[in-house]
Amino acid sequence: MNQKDIKVITPFSTVLIFIMAAGGLVALYRLLFGLGAATNLNDAWPWGLWIAFDVVGGVALAAGGFIIAGAVYIFNWKKYKPIVRAAIMNTFLGYLMAATSITLDIGHPFRIWHPMVMWQVNSIMFIVAIHVVLYTSTLATEASPMFFEKLKMPTALKFVSKIMVGVVIFGVLLSTLHQSSLGAVFLIAPSKLSALWSGSLLPYMFLVSAVLLGLNMVSFETILSGRVFKHKQPMDILSGLARGSLIVAVLYFVMKIWQLATGPGIGAAFDGSTAGNMYLVEMLVGVILPMILLMMKDLRSRVNSIFTINLLVIAGIVLNRFNVAIFGLADYAGRSGMDYFPSVMEFILTMAMVSFAILAFKLSVKYLNVFPEGQH
Amino acid sequence: MAMNRRDFLKVAAGSGLLLASDIGSASASTPETLPPQAVGILYDATLCIGCKSCMVNCKTYNSVPGGALFLKGRDIPYETTHYEQGIWDAPVDLSSRTVNIIKVSKSGTAVNKDSTENGYSFVKQHCMHCISPACVSVCPVGALKKDPVNGVVYYVEDRCIGCRYCMIACPFKIPRYEYEYALPQVRKCQLCHHRYTEGKYSACCEFCPTGASIFGKVVDLRKEAQKRLSLKTGEEYDFPVQTVDSKFTMRRQVSKYINHVYGQTEAGGTQYLMLAGVPFDWIGFNKNIDKTFLPELTWAYISKIPAVAALVIGAGTLTWAITSRKNKDKGES
Repeated sequence: MNQKDIKVITPFSTVLIFIMAAGGLVALYRLLFGLGAATNLNDAWPWGLWIAFDVVGGVALAAGGFIIAGAVYIFNWKKYKPIVRAAIMNTFLGYLMAATSITLDIGHPFRIWHPMVMWQVNSIMFIVAIHVVLYTSTLATEASPMFFEKLKMPTALKFVSKIMVGVVIFGVLLSTLHQSSLGAVFLIAPSKLSALWSGSLLPYMFLVSAVLLGLNMVSFETILSGRVFKHKQPMDILSGLARGSLIVAVLYFVMKIWQLATGPGIGAAFDGSTAGNMYLVEMLVGVILPMILLMMKDLRSRVNSIFTINLLVIAGIVLNRFNVAIFGLADYAGRSGMDYFPSVMEFILTMAMVSFAILAFKLSVKYLNVFPEGQH
Repeated sequence: MAMNRRDFLKVAAGSGLLLASDIGSASASTPETLPPQAVGILYDATLCIGCKSCMVNCKTYNSVPGGALFLKGRDIPYETTHYEQGIWDAPVDLSSRTVNIIKVSKSGTAVNKDSTENGYSFVKQHCMHCISPACVSVCPVGALKKDPVNGVVYYVEDRCIGCRYCMIACPFKIPRYEYEYALPQVRKCQLCHHRYTEGKYSACCEFCPTGASIFGKVVDLRKEAQKRLSLKTGEEYDFPVQTVDSKFTMRRQVSKYINHVYGQTEAGGTQYLMLAGVPFDWIGFNKNIDKTFLPELTWAYISKIPAVAALVIGAGTLTWAITSRKNKDKGES
């Protein structure tokens, strides 16, 4: 399919635009009337859906960019070059989504810039804030060649390609720190977070699981884009990503078991509690099942089976972020008798963020050279 | 590799990260010893009669400029949830309008004071004013600060971005948020530090009729608490009222105490201390609070960042140098 043949207005796009408009109204309502009016957050549940999915989950879903950029520009694995632009674009959109959501989630959106000037180096939240800003700028730089090409700005294009390796190394550093910092956020609350997830390994498990998720997101998006935009599926890339996933999944599995055994004990996962069951689901769906499937070589060479594995990993690791940010705290928060279930407006805004990412990606495929090298 | 805060700042400064920031004040934000003039409160549940005078006066004296509940244009924030037109202040828990609360735990017929068998006990809940507060260490903008002299943990409203990380970090569930406002604040007890310049002290202690809450220097309060634990049950003792060094005392029989001063070691020690006749978890306090300084848990991670940064940049550059040369050798570049 040629870029020209991609239709902007389709029934699906119309639905996305409608959801985004609703999300815009929710954002406006939240700004005018406050968090209490728009969300179901309360004193026992200061963080809800927006933090768990849009921010903590969104950043993990956006891990693909630094992995593929690192593979192509630092390791010079040219094989992955055809997907590097798509991966960077996706990550960029994911970070925009996370940054917008955190701005609306904090009590004073118009003070979002405060951490930049009021440094507090003891705070993981400060580290996270600095990384969001720096990495979003880095991603904009990494994505800029696509815009410079379109706008026919050869001098700027030349300059960016000259500094690209340095920018990518900086991006890898920021991602490493940012992904792990989001886990480190919860280190301070050992008496609140269920022992199934807490412990000093948490930041490192966030990093490794983000890499696992990132690889599968890139694979998922490549297959999906291939289907939607009618490209030929690049099998060597997909099997390469699957092989990488297997290695990282084994590492993550070992870390998870080690953390469980040295922490609350293996039995804690099987005690029948909600937290225990959530832990089991997360492990089965996101780690154990994909790991077993990935070990079978013929499954790694079939698009459909890779796609299924991608979906499992994505669901499982996103559930892990929900577990750490919400379900793992439920036992403690519930003691005060206060409950939390996201409000309709919270759901609408989250759906609007996802709609934005999908639609913006579609537009960039149509108007920018996201899939170069004759894939069209 | 780990380093202390001062070294971290040196490294951060050396790598040019230190631009136009007030980092100096940040570095002093996680103290690990009791400030010399630290003040606090000792609450003795066996003396508390549940009159809630402390709650009423807390609201009254904190609804003035500088107070923990002050909001321009708002009167004293009574909570009348249960009575739509009611005049009664009837909060059931700490909230953005109640930063000090008396609660009661009871069992069975609830006739025996300070007993878990068919008995009851009061408890007073408000900010513990930790020696090394988790809330202060996690705040990304330094909106929560610990006074270096008197150790009061206080809130600087115009810095706060409202991320609510303090609420996640606090092991005592103290900070509360004004979800109802478009421009909200975090609310918590600030030990009436706005009253010290007038020579006054915490309103809850000034208006406690029985001496259940007494104000004073933490070192003196610790001594007083230990002294009470060493007394024999039934013995007569002159309990100071209002302040620990008060001349105004009340003579009464000593009740049975649980042999523990809550706040002596919890979260590494706090400036609010408690005595009770029943186990503290029975009156709603978490038993599993770490006995170490909580900020160290995150610092263990943060202190590794400079080393990780050096490693990633070094290894990344080296890898690129090697792989791009290899490519050239192959004539691919």
